[in-house]
Amino acid sequence: MKDKLKNIDNKTFLLYITILLFIIMYGIGIIMFGSKGFQKPQVFLNLFISNAGLIVIATGMTMVIISGGIDISVGSFVALTCMVLAYLMEKVKMNALSAIVLVIIIGLIFGLIQGILISYLNIQPFIVTLAGMFFARGMTAIISQEMISITNETFLSWANKKITIPLFGIVNKKGAVVYPYIYPTVIVALIILVLMFIMLRYTKFGRSVYAVGGNEQSALLLGLNVKKIKLQVYILNGLLCSIGGFLFCLNTCAGFVEQAKGFEMEAIAAAVIGGTLLTGGVGNVFGSLFGVLIKGTIEAFVSFQGTLSSWWTKIIIAAILAFFIILQSILAMSKRGKK
Amino acid sequence: MTVKEFKIKNITSARLFLPIVSLILVLIINMIKTPNFFNITIQNGVFYGYIIDVINRASELVILAVGMTLVVASSGGTDISVGAVCALAGAVACFILAGGEVSTDVYRAPYITAFIAAIFVGLLCGSFNAFLVAKMNIQPMVATLILFTAGRGMAQLVTNGQITYIRVESFKMLGNSIHGIPLPTPVFVALAVVLITLIILKKTALGLYIETVGINNKAARLVGLNPVYIQFIAYAFCGLLAGLAGMIVSSRVYSADANNAGLNIELDAILAVALGGNSLAGGKFSLLGSVIGAYTIQALTTTLYAMSVSADQLPVYKAIVVVIIVSLQSKEFIKIIRGFNLNKKKAEVAHER
Repeated sequence: MKDKLKNIDNKTFLLYITILLFIIMYGIGIIMFGSKGFQKPQVFLNLFISNAGLIVIATGMTMVIISGGIDISVGSFVALTCMVLAYLMEKVKMNALSAIVLVIIIGLIFGLIQGILISYLNIQPFIVTLAGMFFARGMTAIISQEMISITNETFLSWANKKITIPLFGIVNKKGAVVYPYIYPTVIVALIILVLMFIMLRYTKFGRSVYAVGGNEQSALLLGLNVKKIKLQVYILNGLLCSIGGFLFCLNTCAGFVEQAKGFEMEAIAAAVIGGTLLTGGVGNVFGSLFGVLIKGTIEAFVSFQGTLSSWWTKIIIAAILAFFIILQSILAMSKRGKK
Repeated sequence: MTVKEFKIKNITSARLFLPIVSLILVLIINMIKTPNFFNITIQNGVFYGYIIDVINRASELVILAVGMTLVVASSGGTDISVGAVCALAGAVACFILAGGEVSTDVYRAPYITAFIAAIFVGLLCGSFNAFLVAKMNIQPMVATLILFTAGRGMAQLVTNGQITYIRVESFKMLGNSIHGIPLPTPVFVALAVVLITLIILKKTALGLYIETVGINNKAARLVGLNPVYIQFIAYAFCGLLAGLAGMIVSSRVYSADANNAGLNIELDAILAVALGGNSLAGGKFSLLGSVIGAYTIQALTTTLYAMSVSADQLPVYKAIVVVIIVSLQSKEFIKIIRGFNLNKKKAEVAHER
């Protein structure tokens, strides 16, 4: 038994714990809230629907953490993205497509600036992104302090387009078969997830990201252009953040200052819960997907329970994050001890 | 190099050059914009005026900057949970004083209990951060991110999502002024914190130890220091001060507001440390620099408010200032500038030939 445990290395060990935790939590949910319909397939799909944006942002965060950095500006940036989209479509009357293109350009520029500061000026990532976090939140307030609801027809038609899945139909009270549905956002998020997985695992750039995060000095000695790779990571992350923000906006259809508060911790928690080591060099975007699903399950618990305040979600996620980073740290220490 | 050039270089490279110059700069801008900036009047035996207001409002920031300086110096990381800890400590204190009610006109529990509880909550939060950073070796930013997000949530739970009011005169004393003393109380509290910390750092070897651990953790261990212990003290002390600041914040508005107490103050505190000429990478530090930095930030905030910038928009300007300061501090940037100067000199030499 002990030998078997030894064979599972740290990387996969954390991922297994995560998947197991998710299954256990979901199982508890079905037992506790079965009478309220927790076991319906739609509840499971809702995890994806309400967290499509977070999935994209968590994949970006995973990549950044793998490269040895961190980005805590994502939550504020999502708020900025939503606000810019809402402002452009409602106040400037721009069409939806060009507004999105503009937002993506803003994301790339934001990533570029943070990337230059981090890689070429060698400033600690969290200082740069902390400044970015306050900057983005403040910019949101400068654009508008009032909430702007989106009424653009093209945008709303995207937001409300249901895609039914002709499986797991449930017969409702009237006798008609109701199929579960998803929104296009879920498909976009999953496509990006798969693309990122392929990129990180099979391309030269992806492998370089792992190398830089694992040991910067060695990567440098291997002849990799560490600074350039880091810059590319942050630019790509900026792109993913703007896409994630756009998907998030499709869910909320509004822009306001307080939006997506604490999103950065959810994204970091998702990555860390999914087995990405905060020290860099180890990680898997599919793990982060499970991290997001765990967060979604906690939210579902809180909403099914009905009487708990929504603050509980944040506190529980913080507790789980604390648990996992302590676990990571213990694993890292025991590894060092063996050597 | 002429003697004059040498002197100028000496002055510009002095420790407190950056903080003092920026403070003077902000004050001059204020003097031009609002001519009555330095006017002080006496009403009801209490001093009033812009400058008094800046010194008064900066008190919490000074207290937090002291803690943040030690954290930065000892670990090269920052504690971003201080604002949330302020809110939590204030919420706990008000919860105890109000006995769970939303509003109260009398103390339901002795003031000292609430005060000690607030300090204790701060110390506890600080110790939690300290445990994660010092003992478990987790990056400070991520470790403190936990309380940064969860702290306000816990404060909400304590206050039940409402603002708890304490309408008792003696509760307002800590955040406003005591009858008969012309200066607001927080000024004295901040002064006391700075003095006590300075005395501890100078009279014991703690200051030196903190610098040693911050400069090189492993070397510190080899010379017989316990880095875990020293970083623990720094983080726990920072938490304790955050609890104290939380008491002042809630006393100012005689209530506990979980959403807005100490909002964005972590950025201000980090900014104060950076502006004080301290490297955010840890190591050598100047406590007085951070204190001057804190007053500068508050003066800047007051100036921006006077220019009708709203509280929500304020962080944009501060974020830009942070980025500029850390960019100027970064070694790479200095290299680029030096390289530029070198090239210029080379070009001059070539030209002369």
